[in-house]
Amino acid sequence: MEKISGARSLMIALEKEGVDIAFGLPGGANLPIYDELYKSNIRHVLARHEQSASHMADGYGRVSRRPGVCFATSGPGATNIVTGIATAQADSSPMVAITGQVPSKMIGRDAFQESDIIGITNPIVKYAFQPMTPGEIPEVVKKAFYIASTGRPGPVLIDIPKDVQQNEADIHFPSEVKIRGYHPWVDPDIKEIERATEMLLSAERPIILAGGGVIISSAFAELQSIAELLMIPVVTTFKGKGSFPENHPLSLGPIGMHGHAEANKMMTEADCVLACGSRFSDRSVGTFEEFEKNLKIIHMDVDPAEIGKNQTTNVAVVGDVKTSLRIMVKMLIQKAIKRNGESAWSKRVKETKDYYRENLKIHPHPLAASKVLKKLREVLPGQSIVTTEVGQHQMWASLFFDVIHPGTFFSSTGLGTMGWGFPAAIGAKAAIPDVPVLDIAGEGSFNMTENSLAVSVLEDLPVIVFLLNNFTLGMVAQWQRTFYDRRMIGVDLKNCPDYVKVAEAYGAQGIRATTIDEIGKAVQTALKSNITTVIDIPIDPQEDVLPFVAPGTSLRDMILPS
Amino acid sequence: MWSIISVLVENKPGVLFKITNLFRSRNYNIDSISVGITENPEVSRMTITTEADEKQLNQIIKQLDKLIDTVEVKLLDEKKSIYRELVMMKIKVTKPTDIKEITDLANAFKCDVHDVRKSSIILEITATPDRINALEDLVRGYGILEMARTGICALARGERNES
Repeated sequence: MEKISGARSLMIALEKEGVDIAFGLPGGANLPIYDELYKSNIRHVLARHEQSASHMADGYGRVSRRPGVCFATSGPGATNIVTGIATAQADSSPMVAITGQVPSKMIGRDAFQESDIIGITNPIVKYAFQPMTPGEIPEVVKKAFYIASTGRPGPVLIDIPKDVQQNEADIHFPSEVKIRGYHPWVDPDIKEIERATEMLLSAERPIILAGGGVIISSAFAELQSIAELLMIPVVTTFKGKGSFPENHPLSLGPIGMHGHAEANKMMTEADCVLACGSRFSDRSVGTFEEFEKNLKIIHMDVDPAEIGKNQTTNVAVVGDVKTSLRIMVKMLIQKAIKRNGESAWSKRVKETKDYYRENLKIHPHPLAASKVLKKLREVLPGQSIVTTEVGQHQMWASLFFDVIHPGTFFSSTGLGTMGWGFPAAIGAKAAIPDVPVLDIAGEGSFNMTENSLAVSVLEDLPVIVFLLNNFTLGMVAQWQRTFYDRRMIGVDLKNCPDYVKVAEAYGAQGIRATTIDEIGKAVQTALKSNITTVIDIPIDPQEDVLPFVAPGTSLRDMILPS
Repeated sequence: MWSIISVLVENKPGVLFKITNLFRSRNYNIDSISVGITENPEVSRMTITTEADEKQLNQIIKQLDKLIDTVEVKLLDEKKSIYRELVMMKIKVTKPTDIKEITDLANAFKCDVHDVRKSSIILEITATPDRINALEDLVRGYGILEMARTGICALARGERNES
């Protein structure tokens, strides 16, 4: 056996996991890793801030369903990826973050650029490793990828002291690893699925709530089969948006704080919900006690700790959602159950959906968010990947941008990380280069990671930033208008910077679009040119996101546009 | 509801931190925690006592189980397990007759008596929390100068995995 360094063994182990791209930024404590990266076949994408590198890895991971890899140095490099790790954890995204650490003898001595990243990230990682000898590295890498990508996916951190990267040892590469305390896949209990099926069949007003787990496990076909066999309407959480085609007659769209009116309304009228891969977040269900009133809850989830965390369940099916739903479909087919959708409930659902789609007031401005996003849907190919930033534009995307192809819409839904959408879009583009990728953005969020324009341009990972620019931290402004008697503070961004010039400064294309027609043309220009494009769309700073379920209230208390 | 949770964990650095940090970050309460090695050098046993309602207790167990470094998590039934705590109490001696009275109490409670001095005496008791609290009540009048408790240590009765 030949002696090799820890850094070299890291690169070999990563290649063995199929890693061909990594996002990162070098520094003092990870130089040995970078020196081996230089010699390896792994493509390195140089980010301009470690936080963006972690979001790129996150975006890559969500789209490819394989862990995205990011590198950062010790100290501030490592602390800069904390937000990215927390974002990945909140949204169950597979990621392997690899940080350099000060040499092992210096740990604990407050060395230059030392930070206890293992301690700092403890509550926000799925697991963390700190190999103290080079020989441990291959096993650690194998375990890291296994943990990050199985069961409920999540971020795993590997923190490697510099001397462990440099030192050489006889290194063995294991072909498989076992982790005694980790059992990511549980076979669903058939009896519970039978009970769930019976409960669903005996319900008068059943509804399906599809969460992010449906997207993670690609259970689209199974979900659609159940909905169509039983003619049950489907609502989603915001994270589950796009788990069911939003142009399907049974689709009511996302529920929640800024859910579709018809989705919230029907959710509150249902007597039984089949919740698939959803964790009943407060943003989705409003107050927990109100949500579960007069509602039978069937909960399918891969994570047993989600059962009963926020909602009392009547039937719990622990296991991979795709597997559980597939078993349920088989049961329905065996029982020859197929409904026609002529029940009183089906009629009520259809009436409600038609009512809200026809009668909800639209903001009068010519560039109202609904008009802008409907135009985008018209011109953007259906299979395109769409990410969002965080804020009003994100909630407008939830309301007005229909996702047709399952699993093409991604957002920082759990942590709500401003600045996520653009670098995540670049990571997504790296995962599937042949498909257009577009970030529905607000300028407040885009501002936070806009220097990734350099990465998008130089690394030939072109994405479109569709910038709904209201010169304001719009969501905060809306809350100040609504809850703080219009005392506006800390929200006015005063049209600075000029995003067309910003784009051009980075060598990207900047287009200002001031009419619906110009917006359509700008998107087409961006798609055709296939270069990074920022489309700056000045919208009305006074437009609120409505409907709105105020925090701490129930879905029943939804505020409609007036 | 007072409950005893027995957790087998990987015997390696940082695991105790993960367990206690879980309790902190999810706003659960630890009454006592005791940790020690087991018959298998690769795993340690932690015995955690907590005050939680049924719903929260359920979550505590599931969240503990979810940690990758936990090998086994069990809620112990008080009636089907042996649980003890070791306590040392340094008691103030004011007058010579105190020594006799305190050692009599110690005998009644099957305590060991250590470090008998003119001004203080140390009692060591291994018992259930109820018995310890009873003794504590009785000696409080003399003045408890210092006290150290190990926290509960417990095992399920019967063969392994039987309960």
